Amino acid sequence: MIEVRQLRREFRVASKKGRFRREYKTVVAVDDVSFDVAAGEAVGYVGPNGAGKSTTIKMLTGILVPTGGTVRVNGVDPARQRKELARRIGVVFGQRSQLWWDLPLRDSFALLRSIYRVNSSDHGKRLEECVDLLELAPFLDTPVRQLSLGQRMRGEVTAALLHAPELLVLDEPTIGLDLESKERLREFLAGLNRRGTTLLLTTHDLDDIERLCPRLMVIDHGTVLADGPLAELRAEVTPERVLVIDLREPLNLPPLPGVTEVRSEAGGLRHHLTFRRAETTAAALITEVVRHVEVHDLAVVEPEIDDVVRRLYARTSAATDSTPDVVDL
Amino acid sequence: MRVHADLIIAGFRRYSTYRQAMLAGMTTNVVFGLLRAAVLTAAVRTASGTIAAYDIAATYTYVWLGQGLLGFVLLWGDTTLATRVRTGDVVVDLYRPWNLQTAMLAEDVGRAGYAVVTRLVPPIAFGALLFPFRWPEHPLTWPLFVVSALLALVTCYGVRFLINLATFWLLDNRGLVSFWNVTSGLLCGMVVPVAFYPGWAQVALWATPFPALLQAPINVFLERDYFSLAHQAFWAVALLVAGHLVLRRAVRKVVVQGG
Amino acid sequence: MAEPVYRKIIAARVRSQMSYRASFAVECLSQVIAQAFELVVILVLFTRINALGGFGVDEVVLMFAIAAIAFGFADLVAGQLDDLPTFIRSGTFDAVLLRPLGTLPQMMSTDIRLRRVGRVFAGVVTLAYALTHVNIDWTPWKVLLVVVAPLAGGVILGSVWVVACSVCFWLIESRELANSVTYGSGAFTSYPITVFSKGLRYLMAYVVPGAFVAYYPSLALLGRSDPLGAPGWIGWISPLVALVAAAFAGAFWRFAVRHYRGTGS
Repeated sequence: MIEVRQLRREFRVASKKGRFRREYKTVVAVDDVSFDVAAGEAVGYVGPNGAGKSTTIKMLTGILVPTGGTVRVNGVDPARQRKELARRIGVVFGQRSQLWWDLPLRDSFALLRSIYRVNSSDHGKRLEECVDLLELAPFLDTPVRQLSLGQRMRGEVTAALLHAPELLVLDEPTIGLDLESKERLREFLAGLNRRGTTLLLTTHDLDDIERLCPRLMVIDHGTVLADGPLAELRAEVTPERVLVIDLREPLNLPPLPGVTEVRSEAGGLRHHLTFRRAETTAAALITEVVRHVEVHDLAVVEPEIDDVVRRLYARTSAATDSTPDVVDL
Repeated sequence: MRVHADLIIAGFRRYSTYRQAMLAGMTTNVVFGLLRAAVLTAAVRTASGTIAAYDIAATYTYVWLGQGLLGFVLLWGDTTLATRVRTGDVVVDLYRPWNLQTAMLAEDVGRAGYAVVTRLVPPIAFGALLFPFRWPEHPLTWPLFVVSALLALVTCYGVRFLINLATFWLLDNRGLVSFWNVTSGLLCGMVVPVAFYPGWAQVALWATPFPALLQAPINVFLERDYFSLAHQAFWAVALLVAGHLVLRRAVRKVVVQGG
Repeated sequence: MAEPVYRKIIAARVRSQMSYRASFAVECLSQVIAQAFELVVILVLFTRINALGGFGVDEVVLMFAIAAIAFGFADLVAGQLDDLPTFIRSGTFDAVLLRPLGTLPQMMSTDIRLRRVGRVFAGVVTLAYALTHVNIDWTPWKVLLVVVAPLAGGVILGSVWVVACSVCFWLIESRELANSVTYGSGAFTSYPITVFSKGLRYLMAYVVPGAFVAYYPSLALLGRSDPLGAPGWIGWISPLVALVAAAFAGAFWRFAVRHYRGTGS
């Protein structure tokens, strides 16, 4: 579906030198990025502000032309066949609207039908589906400028799907939404992916990834730091897990094999045992614990996804002390 | 008075940050000056050298002074208050311990101070260097011109303030603004000197505040008459009083409607 | 604009602008007034003189009227390009690039300034007045010219608009600069080019082909020779000039968008 090889993008940035002189320097926003996305996948693309996420997305969708490397999306070169590609993919930008702000959603959708040359029975069917799943009916006739952000985003997603794209690219789709709207949108996107639409989404909200994307790509300073299933990245980056046990009566625990740290709370009723995956398993540790004390309840806590990503960033900034200039367009 | 001095300085600073826009504005101003001067001087030339005591030099001077004063008095493009009324932010302004009308005037004086450097002087200098120009003969004309320009600023502020206040009743004053934008050039004597008009039209125009905004200071500079100053002084006071009264009604309206 | 999709976009825009009926009426009316006031300037001058640049009042009004219609048309289709800096800054231009349509026709149709119809209307009325007050030896060709000249002039001024606004892709703050070219051309074309100094004439009449908007076609209609010595046929070629201008503007726009997307620099 997506094939990216040694993708590179530079920008010339002017900086003021004195009152009238200007100096131009080249900054690299995306540097030697390669990845593939297969049909039907759902990939989360994360990184801090200015990491090169948006620049990558813009090159994938044909807005920006790469400085070097190749991109193929759906078998099409985005830079050269922009209009061709536009018919085949759907794009949602969380912070910029693609709807007509003073037209009702219904009219915007009708216009999009003619722009994308969708025949009216297909259009009608898909619109009905979206209206149904995203509950658009109550505000279909409201001008876009009067919609709440959550309502507008649902409209944006519908607008991007009416021409039945095989790939949906979402740039920060949940930004600024309240919890309920976020959840509703995630549910819809998950269903969409189950029915075969490929998803690529950038986000700051890692819950989006947790809910939607089995695969995670992390980018910083223009290069991909990590790419793989979320579970694997977790294991790789955070070798420790935590076992939380609640006891029937307050007790101190004896030293246990493989446990690196014990934190107790509630006066000794609850203990957090940090252990290394390499040295013991959760099962072995639990067996060991119940031999010593009477356990009321227990849980194994995976490190938070935020923590995984934070550690990934930290790993690279420690490795590369001289950070290159990166801009995010 | 202290707060007003600070506001003047803040107004000056705020406008001094837009350097690129300022250069673009200067260019636009000069281009339009050239076009206007060409038409008017062509007319004066065909009329064997003078129309209504405007000779070629006086005509050029009229055009370049007009182009300069335009930005100094800010004839067009002041929508700050209207926007704040529309968004409701004006409530904050009204509850501040200041007189909104004089506070905004102080800010406008600061803006105009900056405009002296960027908007008033450049087109006049440009015109004076490249075209025939009529400098004042009497030294007293200079201080009188300064007074007249300031009165023009206050009068123009008075008009703008009223147009902006209209938002309290119209909710959207953009229609009014576009009326003002298309009519003010002619009414203020910016496109054609008021003296070129037929007699009855001149009488009618001088009965309104509009010539005070541009034609009056030009008249003073060209040493045509000093009646202009009295006209300006009258309208500056009248418009400020009107603004004060209208603002009071507007405040009452806001208080009654609860914002 | 042959494709039905643009017809639909424009129809939708028109509908939404008409929904603010009062504000639309006011803005339309102020366009009529703007045009009328510009005419007043000419009339005031002619209370003091008998000729301007070698032309009588009705002849100048004829040029003014053709220029007014042309400018109205240009503003109608290309005027919204004034907002290009906002489009670029807010990222809305990216959304334009995401649709399977050309960027320029999209920009022209998405926010058509319908209120400019007021200016076209005022221009047509003025033209009717002028035509009944000047001496024209009517031929079928001249009838055609009266109809075609304002349209060709509209295309020429529209092309000027496109080129001037394209500069925003390099200089985002250049809106006012663009205005001096677009509105400046509008003002320039309303008068006989003989009133302008050589430098201004060279720039605005020939580099920017402003003389072909109203001046030369008016000469052809009036059957007058150009005081500046241009050949007689020049008044008939404004449609050709319009085609060249439009082709140039289209190419320039594409070049500018390529720069924006990153291959032009």
